[in-house]
Amino acid sequence: MPARQGLVLEVDRTTPPIVFHHGEGFRFEKLPSGSRVIYPNEPIEPIEDVDGAIRNALANPLGDSPPLEALLSPGMKLTIAFDDISLPLPQMQAPDIRGRIIEHVLDIAASAGVDDVHLIAALALHRRMTESELRHAVGDRVYDAFAPNGQLYNFDAEDPDGLTHLGETDHGEEVVISKRAVESDLIIYVNINLVSMDGGHKSVATGLSGYTALRHHHNVETMRRSKSFMDQEKSELHTKNWRQGRLIRDAGVKIFQIETTLNNDTFPEPWDFLQKREWEMNAKERLFLLGTKKFLDKVPRKSARTIFQGIRAPYGLTSIQAGEVEAVHEVTTANVYRQHLVRVEGQTDILSMGLPYLGPYNVNSIMNPVLVACLGLGYFFNLYKGKPLVREGGVVIMSHPTPWEFHPVHHPSYIDFFEEVLADSTDPEVIEHKYEKRYAEDEWYRHLYRTSYAYHGVHPFYMWYWCSHALEHVAQVIVVGGEQRAVKRMGFRSATTMRDALEMATDVVGRDPTLTHIHNPPVLMADVV
Amino acid sequence: MTDPNRRNPISHLTDRRAKASISRVVRKVEFPLKAAETPEGETPLPSNVGSNYQTDWARRYASRVTRRLALATLGKGVISYYANPTIRGLDRLHDLEGPAIFAANHQSHADTLLMLTSMPAPWKHKAFVGAAADYFFGNRVTGAISALFIGAIPIERTAINRNTIEKAVDLLRNGWSMVIYPEGGRSPDGWGQEFRPGAAFLAKQAGVPVVPVHIRGTFDILRKGRNWPKKSKATVNFGRPLEFAEEDNNRRFTRKLQLAVESLADETATGNWFASRQRAHSDESPGLGGPDAAAWRRRWTLTHQEDNRSQGQRRWPYV
Repeated sequence: MPARQGLVLEVDRTTPPIVFHHGEGFRFEKLPSGSRVIYPNEPIEPIEDVDGAIRNALANPLGDSPPLEALLSPGMKLTIAFDDISLPLPQMQAPDIRGRIIEHVLDIAASAGVDDVHLIAALALHRRMTESELRHAVGDRVYDAFAPNGQLYNFDAEDPDGLTHLGETDHGEEVVISKRAVESDLIIYVNINLVSMDGGHKSVATGLSGYTALRHHHNVETMRRSKSFMDQEKSELHTKNWRQGRLIRDAGVKIFQIETTLNNDTFPEPWDFLQKREWEMNAKERLFLLGTKKFLDKVPRKSARTIFQGIRAPYGLTSIQAGEVEAVHEVTTANVYRQHLVRVEGQTDILSMGLPYLGPYNVNSIMNPVLVACLGLGYFFNLYKGKPLVREGGVVIMSHPTPWEFHPVHHPSYIDFFEEVLADSTDPEVIEHKYEKRYAEDEWYRHLYRTSYAYHGVHPFYMWYWCSHALEHVAQVIVVGGEQRAVKRMGFRSATTMRDALEMATDVVGRDPTLTHIHNPPVLMADVV
Repeated sequence: MTDPNRRNPISHLTDRRAKASISRVVRKVEFPLKAAETPEGETPLPSNVGSNYQTDWARRYASRVTRRLALATLGKGVISYYANPTIRGLDRLHDLEGPAIFAANHQSHADTLLMLTSMPAPWKHKAFVGAAADYFFGNRVTGAISALFIGAIPIERTAINRNTIEKAVDLLRNGWSMVIYPEGGRSPDGWGQEFRPGAAFLAKQAGVPVVPVHIRGTFDILRKGRNWPKKSKATVNFGRPLEFAEEDNNRRFTRKLQLAVESLADETATGNWFASRQRAHSDESPGLGGPDAAAWRRRWTLTHQEDNRSQGQRRWPYV
């Protein structure tokens, strides 16, 4: 059966309670009649012959790029960079598509007699990947061949000897990328394009860059002018990344971009009921859902987290294209939209969303309150094309337990950000001017980023900036089931039940508001007309 | 008192009674407990052992359940104890669908058990093994054990037997996967031998892919000439499935298969996949055959590659 398109369901009295993700658990919410629920498209058919598709993409590149084989020669310096642990979400079942592509690339490099090869996890300011995470991404064979010799490693954006300043764009944006990448005869970037924001020039210009360059687009002004940052035509973030990327290209850095798109087959058995529409779940699935919910409500959060973080998605490859960056990314974006776009008519007064256990920055980690805000107001809110789903001055209701809990190794600067910065102000502009530089240049955070597995000191600021478009656009944010103290610290309101939240929202949007719920994940992007 | 100068008597010169033994008892069994020999001059009925042994019963439901249970418990236990295998390359089988021929180098009797316990599901649950008709199906008892517990079918080593080939092709076409050793027998000295074209022929006839497999470390477990197993760490490395292409013939495909196994061997030995691919592309993969030298030097070279030295603590030699 071909994959069905997404759907906007109008709730009536026969509509069953809707399953809301709620961190490491679920809630069943009966929505008022007349509300709308947006369901994602079903997973589109994946490519069956993945190896054949990879070979074909490398041999028939897009744009003005010659085939990969023609770009490789003995004695050359080759750097292969790849997306880090933040993609895809959840991590995909082995073998990871990055590893499969890298094996093909290396096989061609081996036949061409290339010896000097480095593989770099393009982290930017994210935490370093552990050995097991790298092994999962590139595969054991590649890891064992390169890591012991120091040829496979995490990018270090704070290495004073590891970065090259390439210049400034005509808008004054500095461009700084990995020295190894600049000195290479060819960079091959292996990307997974989960959402439309990923890929393109962002891969190298951001992934292999550091604070000096990122601050030019990871800031409040850019985020507020990106409506949304998922919509390339209206994204200031995209525009700035493109300017930096073109400068890299014009500086003579040769990039062979390989981009992939995946379908949204997110949950493996027995969790696959989570991507079904409620009325299509069979008795077994409903029983499992109920049992799982009861079980998860009872077990300690740590155990529930272990269960959820163990989920590996059975994603299928829907497209792979290689060659010149911009030509490749155009096709990639079309394929992302093919899977994600759901047409929605008109905006709503209240937008509700069930936030799951996972975002890009808490893989194998804890979703702290700042990341909860970023997932809801940064990612889910911005998953629109055209207009935001919620009207200006509307209300966003998010469902998440929002515990005051932080991973001390992964998120050390988040702890201080939450305790010190948000206690002072929640206004992104104030925060940016008063605190960003100090956190970004803090020696202790820098040390933890470089030698431990910590996100960079400035990272929590970026997460808060990610929310700035939503914070400016909506009048109120309510968190259902959230820990009151943590929610209050972020300037939001907490509600015990959805009914309470709706009641609270009427103070802002009037007595008879419209409500739209996005049934996400699996990921969907609203095309609001 | 005993005479200290008295020598022990030589046994066959004395009239002592021989000890009772199982073989002696078996030998004394007569008809009807034992089959009678065909009288001289009479034509014996067609043999139902060797390559004529019928194994269809071993693929019926009850036999399959028995085999699966035996392999999952006893087989797995034995192989874990003696070989403690490391299994690599399973991700290369991610896109494999339907039946396949798993073609491995062959060093030891432990290889079959190792293969049947290391292959991923669903192939291992519906697998048969091409086993030497003269060795494994020499009599009904060994034939039945081989058919039941490792799903063996008899394959002639020295001559082409149309029936056995048809049987193998038929099973492959019906969704069964095959374990085959293209070298035709166990290695005599730990080094590999030239591949024979059986796997290529079957792949072409049945239209199924061939998975190259390299097994390392089992030579010492149950090598040729050894009757009792010894512990030795083993590694099984699965390669990317090979399809019989239009431009292939049996010889070319066999060469391709052997090169793939040699590349896997290089990868396992050096632990460096990229370097092994570089050598494979420049035709510099060290072959399976080892150095062209005297037997002791071949063995000597092999001992340098072994990583199964005793892990036990050596005792200090107190004097």
